Amino acid sequence: MAEFKLKPEELGRINYQPPRKGWMDPHVDIRKGTYCYGAVPETLRYLDLPFPKKWQPNDADWQLPPNWKEIIFEGMRQRLNKFRSFKIFMDVCVRCGACADKCHYFIGSGDPKNMPVLRAELLRSVYRRDFTLAGKLMGKMIGARELNEEVLREWFYYFYQCTECRRCSVFCPYGIDTAEITMMGRELLNLLGLSIEWICTPLSNCFRTGNHLGIQPHGFKDSIEFAVDELAELTGIQVNVPINEKGHDILFVTPSADYFGSPHYFTLLGYFSLFHEIGLNYTMSSYASDGGNFGLFHSHEMMKRLNSKIYLEAERLGVKWILGGECGHMWRVLHQYMDTMNGPADFLQVPKSPMTGTVFENAASTKMVHITEFTADLIKHNKLKLDPSRNNHWRATFHDSCNPARAMGLIEEPRYVIRNVMNHFYEMPENTIKEQTFCCGSGSGLGTDENMEMRLRGGLPRANAVKHMKETKDVNLLLCICAIDKATLPPLLEYWVPGVEVAGVHELVGNALVMKGEKVRDTDLRGQPLQGKE
Amino acid sequence: MPNFEWNDLNISVDEDGFMDQPEDWNEQIALALASTESVDVLTDNHWKVVNYLREYYKEFGIAPMIRKLCKQTGFSLKEIYDMFPSGPAKGACKVAGLPKPTGCV
Repeated sequence: MAEFKLKPEELGRINYQPPRKGWMDPHVDIRKGTYCYGAVPETLRYLDLPFPKKWQPNDADWQLPPNWKEIIFEGMRQRLNKFRSFKIFMDVCVRCGACADKCHYFIGSGDPKNMPVLRAELLRSVYRRDFTLAGKLMGKMIGARELNEEVLREWFYYFYQCTECRRCSVFCPYGIDTAEITMMGRELLNLLGLSIEWICTPLSNCFRTGNHLGIQPHGFKDSIEFAVDELAELTGIQVNVPINEKGHDILFVTPSADYFGSPHYFTLLGYFSLFHEIGLNYTMSSYASDGGNFGLFHSHEMMKRLNSKIYLEAERLGVKWILGGECGHMWRVLHQYMDTMNGPADFLQVPKSPMTGTVFENAASTKMVHITEFTADLIKHNKLKLDPSRNNHWRATFHDSCNPARAMGLIEEPRYVIRNVMNHFYEMPENTIKEQTFCCGSGSGLGTDENMEMRLRGGLPRANAVKHMKETKDVNLLLCICAIDKATLPPLLEYWVPGVEVAGVHELVGNALVMKGEKVRDTDLRGQPLQGKE
Repeated sequence: MPNFEWNDLNISVDEDGFMDQPEDWNEQIALALASTESVDVLTDNHWKVVNYLREYYKEFGIAPMIRKLCKQTGFSLKEIYDMFPSGPAKGACKVAGLPKPTGCV
């Protein structure tokens, strides 16, 4: 954040007056602070993607191949044939405007092309002209536009100003999934080598080492061992975390940031405490060492390639089922795409909690269970001894991470866990949580620092609701269940609502969990003194 | 890729000023890169962080976990932010010549 100079009161002054020029004018000013760097050519080569080049979105020359229009049209034709959803979403919108003011980027920027209806129209107008009879005959009269380089720039600019959070889709009477339109837009841009560094570098890392950060197996082991040692210092208990071991019942997969970043790390300590205490028979893997799947932000093909490694590893290790950690978009991939891309995973068993006997029928095909479902079930069956007062120094509210909430309906499970592990929990206003949750503003690969102005704009509605909680309930902690949230909410809150920290739900589980044989606990997992022990 | 010039040094860097060739790093380059991070003087404490990052990078090919960096150098995260205003991943790693960490971080 060192370089961001605009003050909150300046950035918060948003002009909702539309510009004088009409929407069909494609010109965009690709301004520093509002775009992400272009993909590094080596990463595209590594992934066998076309047209690698040294390129930045604000370059005058985008180095397009001479037949670039043909490539785009052919790409559109193929996708219209392959994805019926894409064809329907191109045809069915009646421009009612229900989505218009639901997008966090529109709310935070006032730019009408960030109204989901208009963002989609950027693509739809080209579809209309070249793929519909009415458009061919009546052209501009019915909103058809010619594809040219300015339109291509406009696509790039606005399809990377959508976090694929799908809040707008909740309000669409036709159920148009605007994220899927953005996905199509990005797939078409990929055909010309136009993608971003923050997506393609993690992707190539993931192919090379099994995780987005590029951590090699010995580094993975080093980080896990460090966490185990620190947990022993904090709790007095030596836990064991198997890595790449065959013969266990469960494969545990979590975002790589959990064993790299802060505050993610404290959630990792929470998982390990829990697994030790219930005696879970599990292993982690240095190959399936990321639950996250930046392929979702790139293309269906890439999403499929990344998702498959989790299942290949589950098969190789011979586990019965998979437990997934606090990740956001991983759950959209798992819940909505995995089954038809790489599934069904018939070589695994329908997940059954070894502690409670609960069968997770909702995961009967994917064989993967969300950690908050798993923990909520343990609590419901009185399998955990919890002391919520150990979280008394926190007054928390809960940010529903977009994908678990909207893409898998995981609404009550995290709340059930939270209410059982702490005493001071307060909900944000109803229209900002659950299926109406506001995005962190940095999802879908946009959480990079050069894009900070758009991130802060996009995160404004979420931060505003947190500010309300700070002012009315003296909240000092924002809980979430997504690694991108844990990375991007801290700078967002530091900017708009200083004094509110960010944590994962299982960090608080770890604080409250009374472990057999533990030493007297004076601190939480962060090493901060508990209330009354300052 | 841009080039960064400082005194008589000329270093190939990425858009954010991270070195393209981390193996070419030396202490002179650290001083040069620090000047882009609002760090005017590299104190002993700065060097402690930078040297630890270098050692870890040599062994593991990546930066250490943030928590591990704090614990092994004895500095809190806040103290590291005070030393390197863009933080451990962006600021300290850049000065130490490490590649920029990417993903959910």
